Amino acid sequence: MSALAADDVGLVRALERFGIRLLWHPSLSEESGAEALAILTAAAEGRVRVDALCVEGAILTGPNGTGRFQLLSGTGTPVSRWVERIARHAHNVVAVGSCAAFGGIPMAGGNPTDATGLQAGGLQHDGGLLPTEFRSRSGLPVINIAGCAPHPGWLVETLADLALGGFDAARLDSLGRPRAFADHLAHHGCSRNEFYEFKASAAKPSDRGCLMENLGCKATQAPGDCNIRRWNGYGSCTDGGFACINCTTPGFQDSGAPFLETAKIAGIPVGLPVDMPKAWFVALAALSKSATPQRVRTNAHADHVVVPPARKPPKAP
Amino acid sequence: MTATTRLIVGPFNRVEGDLEVTLDIADGVVREARVTAPLYRGFEQILAGRAPDDALVIAPRICGICSVSQSMAAARALAQIAGVEPPPNGTLAADLVLACENAADHLTHFVLFFMPDFARAAYASRPWHKIAVERFAAMEGTSQRTLLPARARFLHLMGLLAGKWPHSLALQPGGTTKSVDPGERVRLLSILADFRAALEQVVFADRLETIAALDSAAALQAWTHAAPAEHGDLRLFLHIAEDLRLDRLGRGPGAFLSHGSFGLWPSGVVMDGETRSHDPAEMTEDLTHAWMDGPTQPDADKNGAYSWCKAPRLNGRVVEVGALARQMVAADPLARDLVAISGGAVKDRVVMRLVELARLVIAMEGWVKQLRPGEPFCLEAPLPLRGSGNGLVEAARGALGHWMVVESGLIQSYQIVAPTTWNFSPRDADGIPGPLEQALVGTPILPGETTPVAVQHVVRSFDPCMVCTVH
Ligand code: SF4
Repeated sequence: MSALAADDVGLVRALERFGIRLLWHPSLSEESGAEALAILTAAAEGRVRVDALCVEGAILTGPNGTGRFQLLSGTGTPVSRWVERIARHAHNVVAVGSCAAFGGIPMAGGNPTDATGLQAGGLQHDGGLLPTEFRSRSGLPVINIAGCAPHPGWLVETLADLALGGFDAARLDSLGRPRAFADHLAHHGCSRNEFYEFKASAAKPSDRGCLMENLGCKATQAPGDCNIRRWNGYGSCTDGGFACINCTTPGFQDSGAPFLETAKIAGIPVGLPVDMPKAWFVALAALSKSATPQRVRTNAHADHVVVPPARKPPKAP
Repeated sequence: MTATTRLIVGPFNRVEGDLEVTLDIADGVVREARVTAPLYRGFEQILAGRAPDDALVIAPRICGICSVSQSMAAARALAQIAGVEPPPNGTLAADLVLACENAADHLTHFVLFFMPDFARAAYASRPWHKIAVERFAAMEGTSQRTLLPARARFLHLMGLLAGKWPHSLALQPGGTTKSVDPGERVRLLSILADFRAALEQVVFADRLETIAALDSAAALQAWTHAAPAEHGDLRLFLHIAEDLRLDRLGRGPGAFLSHGSFGLWPSGVVMDGETRSHDPAEMTEDLTHAWMDGPTQPDADKNGAYSWCKAPRLNGRVVEVGALARQMVAADPLARDLVAISGGAVKDRVVMRLVELARLVIAMEGWVKQLRPGEPFCLEAPLPLRGSGNGLVEAARGALGHWMVVESGLIQSYQIVAPTTWNFSPRDADGIPGPLEQALVGTPILPGETTPVAVQHVVRSFDPCMVCTVH
């Protein structure tokens, strides 16, 4: 549903600009019941061209591999069978959201519904519903528009890019995520960057400080351009005052620690930026902490600016 | 005796999630209906054993359209366990976020889910059909093309106050994580002004205040005929409703439950013509016809079961939830009058949703002005190692409840009863059908219909959210 607000004009219009027409969409199409099944059947039998099969939500294979936790209404057939059948004919297969891509939240804990992703299930990325070798007609693996929920722009731009042509495997990272957003980190452009530099950290929700040290922010490891583009016009998770939970990464649902606390060993956060030597990080953090301006230190623990930036007094004429 | 035929209808699109309805039909009307939720999700199992605050991350992800309602319910349950109450700013900001979701959902339901059915070819002979097609033909109607961007702009309020929508962590037990400065307060008012303008122009063709003040069936009738059908989408709907007698279609159980919201509408129950307070302890979940062995134990082979949805009952009775129920419990004169005439039908549900939309936006404008930049938005809410709490909320589509038990610092059990679980529940041990099952009885089926259009009006009038139902 996040995609309905795509580009502030809505999904249909955002896609129309690129000549993309929705064959059937569960929230938007008129066709229901028998009419909808006729479209899906035609797609499953390859009688209608499907440029992109977009799947939202994890594939539930339980109980005991029967798929009965998730039947397609009116058919008595598991949704997984329908996806497999349509995927065979589709030019591209797109997993929309981390659930469809990697299994996501339904896989958490004991994975009670035996959920899996379309092609990558869980942490091992070793095949989901479709085998690792699966390639759609275009020759691409499943395109994983990860995120929980993904930014509507990621979906629209990926589909538009596919429609423009020339979308090849080089546009995807090793987990099938479009590099257009996955080559960034959610930390880039966060309004708390100055607090991060000085390790001036928020201690409680609504504090302005950086959320990494205490409140669970994983944005320095999380693929996404979340803080470079805006969400719903103005926002992002960290701008909203809460931690990035790394929702574009497989297995984010079971990171091994509570979401809203930073896992630490001997006082040092476990999840440090991946491409930086740990010793350096610790040394720099200690150094910058000792150099933290009073303004930054104070504001980090308030929900509004208490100490404004110092200004040079105007020069006497 | 006439023969009974059976018709299975599904998938239903333009409802959130999966739904199948089995209809027994004789003499051109539905005699019996069985409502099936064909998806099971296991969220209550996922929550057990985790850190209590993790509920703030997991519960909203039950659903892409009532995400904030789930957040709010989880935050309230945690606040009860922690024994904190958010400061005034926190309450106002959380109310704004929840009201934004409720209002956006009401609009989405009307424009995208409900109205497109009147643009169907089956109605080509009706006098209003041409306008319905122009405005509401799926994906092409002019109203959709104006109102979807208006909705997107309205959701900027979420960007500002909640970081994003859906799935925000801004609503915490102690308040909200995003403070508002004076400039942001102005931006919030600008967002609301734009939304008001779109509603007043396209949906209502009138001032929000006029719609909010409608106080009887006669007043509504007078307003309907004060201008031709094309003056506003609500008026178009009312003309259609009159022509198709939607006040006689889809009559519910006539008993209503609301958890109350925003301090605008109280919590309570209307049953047998009486209004009384709501005691959550009177709620039971009947599993007779659900593929469930225990509250969280699925059993796909259970005898006599036909849905993943449980059957919640209040004091053993079937109740309806939603905007109509909220306004009934609040003794709103328009809601009471409509129900007195029709018993609670398709038209009443749609009307009260839109009247509520007008009232919500007016209230939101007031709340923004009450925000006090510089004063706190959030208090700390440390949790004890054990305790239990509930979070009762009104989602757009009705009463939502979370029940959480914490033991040794971890969630021991988590129970969720969603609005559509009430409305789309299967039969209970006494064989009493759920609200939609009751509402479908008597619905006309035209010869040759495989996806009967009247059935769709009834189903969608409840604004079902199936993904929440079967969390
Ligand atoms: S809050 Fe998160 S995203 Fe923002 S600066 Fe700190 S670590 Fe980076």
